[in-house]
Amino acid sequence: MCRIGAIKSNEYFHPSKTLELMRSQQKGHDNSGFAFVMQDLGGIFEPYKDLPLLSMACTDKGMRTAEDILHSIGFTRLYQWTPDINKTKEGLQISPMPNYVFEVFNYPKLYKYATKEEKEELLVDTRLKLRKALEEEDEGYIYSFWHDVLMLKEIGNPKDIGTYFGLHTPNKDFVSKIITVQCRQNTNYDIVRYAAHPFFLQGYTVLANGENTFYEKNKNFQKNLHKGYIGFESDSQCFLYTLHYVNKILKWPLKYYKHVITPLEYEEMITREDKEVLLRIKASLSHLEINGPNTIIGVTPDGTLFVTCDSKKLRPVVVGRDNKTVVITSEVTGINEVLPKRNTETDIYPNEREMVVVDNNLGIQRWQQ
Amino acid sequence: MAAVDTTKIDKQDLVWQIEHKSENCALCGKCVAACTFGAIKADVIRKREIISTDLTPNPKSVEKAIPVIKQVVTKSKNCVGCGMCAKVCENGAIKPVYNERHRMNVKYRANNAESPKRGGRTNLHTEGRTLDKIKVGRISQMTDPSLDAMRHTFELLAPFGRVMPPENLPLEVDSTGNLQLNKKIPTTRWIYPIIIGDMSIGALSPRLWEAVSIAVAYLNEVYHIPIRMCSGEGGVPEKLIRSKYIKYLIIQIASGHFGWNRIINSMPYMVDDPAGIMIKIGQGAKPGDGGLLLSKKVAPHIQEIRGVPKSDLLSPPNHQGLYSIEESVQKMFLSMNAAFKFRVPVSIKVAASTTSVSVYNNLLRDPYDIVGGFFLDGIAGGTGAAHEISLDHTGHPIVSRLRDCYLAAVHQGKQGQIPLWAAGGLGMKGTLAADAFKMICLGANGVFTGRLILQIAGCLGDDYGRCNACNTGLCPAGLTTQNPILMKRLDIDKAAQNIVNYFLATDIELKKLMAPIGNSSLPVGRSDALVTVDKNVAERLGIQHVC
Ligand code: SF4
Ligand code: SF4
Repeated sequence: MCRIGAIKSNEYFHPSKTLELMRSQQKGHDNSGFAFVMQDLGGIFEPYKDLPLLSMACTDKGMRTAEDILHSIGFTRLYQWTPDINKTKEGLQISPMPNYVFEVFNYPKLYKYATKEEKEELLVDTRLKLRKALEEEDEGYIYSFWHDVLMLKEIGNPKDIGTYFGLHTPNKDFVSKIITVQCRQNTNYDIVRYAAHPFFLQGYTVLANGENTFYEKNKNFQKNLHKGYIGFESDSQCFLYTLHYVNKILKWPLKYYKHVITPLEYEEMITREDKEVLLRIKASLSHLEINGPNTIIGVTPDGTLFVTCDSKKLRPVVVGRDNKTVVITSEVTGINEVLPKRNTETDIYPNEREMVVVDNNLGIQRWQQ
Repeated sequence: MAAVDTTKIDKQDLVWQIEHKSENCALCGKCVAACTFGAIKADVIRKREIISTDLTPNPKSVEKAIPVIKQVVTKSKNCVGCGMCAKVCENGAIKPVYNERHRMNVKYRANNAESPKRGGRTNLHTEGRTLDKIKVGRISQMTDPSLDAMRHTFELLAPFGRVMPPENLPLEVDSTGNLQLNKKIPTTRWIYPIIIGDMSIGALSPRLWEAVSIAVAYLNEVYHIPIRMCSGEGGVPEKLIRSKYIKYLIIQIASGHFGWNRIINSMPYMVDDPAGIMIKIGQGAKPGDGGLLLSKKVAPHIQEIRGVPKSDLLSPPNHQGLYSIEESVQKMFLSMNAAFKFRVPVSIKVAASTTSVSVYNNLLRDPYDIVGGFFLDGIAGGTGAAHEISLDHTGHPIVSRLRDCYLAAVHQGKQGQIPLWAAGGLGMKGTLAADAFKMICLGANGVFTGRLILQIAGCLGDDYGRCNACNTGLCPAGLTTQNPILMKRLDIDKAAQNIVNYFLATDIELKKLMAPIGNSSLPVGRSDALVTVDKNVAERLGIQHVC
């Protein structure tokens, strides 16, 4: 079972916090990988919040291919940042790529008066194009191409990955207000970078643990729904696509995500006032139901962070907080490291029928299904 | 020697031969009384014995008359092997024996100039059952916790009715952030994933039909197992139409429209809606043949329920006046939906065929969103009566066809929108839960079963040629007869109880299969849970090949 976590704060913080969060949960993963997504960026990226930021790991050739494509579409590079890589330390358990690219781009001139939707479409199309090109040549991985989002996925021991990228020491440059993080326990699949959580699409981030036992059902339904629903390297990608579909495509409020993935039992449903709606959802989206065991942590484009579980609560998760930070993670030991002085009585162990939602003021709501 | 007519049917030509041991026979006559087919009679044979009773050999010839039970051999009606005689004989003196080298296929046709008919199902058994080659192989072992069939809750429900594509649901967000339906759409109901499938009153004796209805009502009302039964094409007793139990009944309409007059006339008096409507186009056991109820079974009560005179009742093999799928949807579905004001799901039943996928694809595109279920019936299904040639040589196995239909829907991104229900030999070996579960993993929303119900209620027939005389009206178990005396052989309460018991056991077994794969709701389309040692099956169905 992977260990997953999310930190949301009203102050910018450095990803070193996520390494702290994961350190004590180490027995729960197998050192096969470490990945995180930073959203609501500060520091060096703060001036570029509205512009697309490319996160990519590739070879030199892959970089040329990607840049050619981006230029041909009309994107122009505005800012570039490369992590300070520690190449001297020997014996690190990591299989790095030659280049890690984090670049901010200006939209093509043609898009000067484009709507938000048009721009978002362009970003998705561009990312898919880049991914395809890099995949064909096996020259690298593109993780995200979106505004205010930075992503890194690496194979190896999380501690060594931290050392390699110099992530153990905090600084004020490389910071954000939301970071979601995963340490992998590799089970079903080859170790491929795309299979590492968190997964990201159009402002939605999801990470999860456990098996998706309805993977085949979910995937068969999703692969025809949207051009961005691709890959399926991990069975947990389905959770992201469902979130995106329900909230972004169908435009249903977030709480209906819970009704889609873990519908209430029929007996209970028919006693409710909103039974007509719930029964329709259950029927029409039965192929997006999940049947456990899973914990799912998600972030929506407006920065809302949430966690929810399968209908039997077969995977652990806990939410802890102080007045500056909320932390969600698999095991309470992780929170104890990051927020040792918090009032543990305010810790929340979500039940199988709720969604714990953290808004941008760090207000926590417990939505009962 | 005078000419012997070897074309005549004699005992060695018969499919079933009676073996009678006169030394064990108590001459009670019970077997002759029990045989509804008149296939045996009490008789005497002349026997000559040479005996010697003196001290020194002095052979004498004596003639004896020995009472025996003799097999009656006729051109067309002979022992069907039902074994009723053996059942009633306390001394084990009599039994039917299957004659592998029978010549009835030739002799029957040559002597009668007609095609043999029978009930039951295909008896050819030329291939092994596909479902028996499939196992549930994806067991939760440490990757994820398996569930406990006895402790966890499971939801065994399948949709019946049109399921709208999510993007077409008329939902809008209200001011409080809740979704509201802003338009009426056709009904989708949630029912048990097994339907007791369409055997008409007429094919079944009213007593058996009553037993099935009692069992269905009992399972619903007492055990809360929302099982439904389909009427078959033969009308519904008026008392039932006007009772609240109509809600457990799916009413069938087929090309003969038998009984519909009465149903339509009773509609204003219905206190509840029926569970659904099923339009029957064809039947898996005899595709291309219409319904067939021989006049022997058209007793007065059947004439009344169906609104017909005493004669052979033949439903045409097609719905006269319908020439295409689109037309069927427009005419039949619309009128049926409208009749019940779109409150009652309307479904269709077809015989599995190489064309099933095209039909299903077409229905999925139905612009009115009114096709509420696709019932696909495979070759190994049962029938009350059919020509043997259809039974044994026409039809299509269900498993790959169901899978193809499901995958066709997946290809269109429309899986689940017209619920898929499969039948045709499911439960043939008595383990309906396993068959149902595997079909569900392959993409069925549920299954339906008919012949198995007869077995549960005491049918003496089997799939190896035993009995299958349901067409004759002489059912020795009182199940498929309209003869008032034979009907009494069925104990209604006992049959109802056995049906209830069987479904209670099946319910547990379904959970026992869901638990190890870690699912508490039905794993529709979860073919990753299945494995097979047969490479061809694996390839054809797209499931894992294992060895
Ligand atoms: S097996 Fe059945 S049909 Fe044959 S003689 Fe016995 S009772 Fe009659
Ligand atoms: S239902 Fe009756 S006639 Fe038909 S096979 Fe069974 S016992 Fe024989």
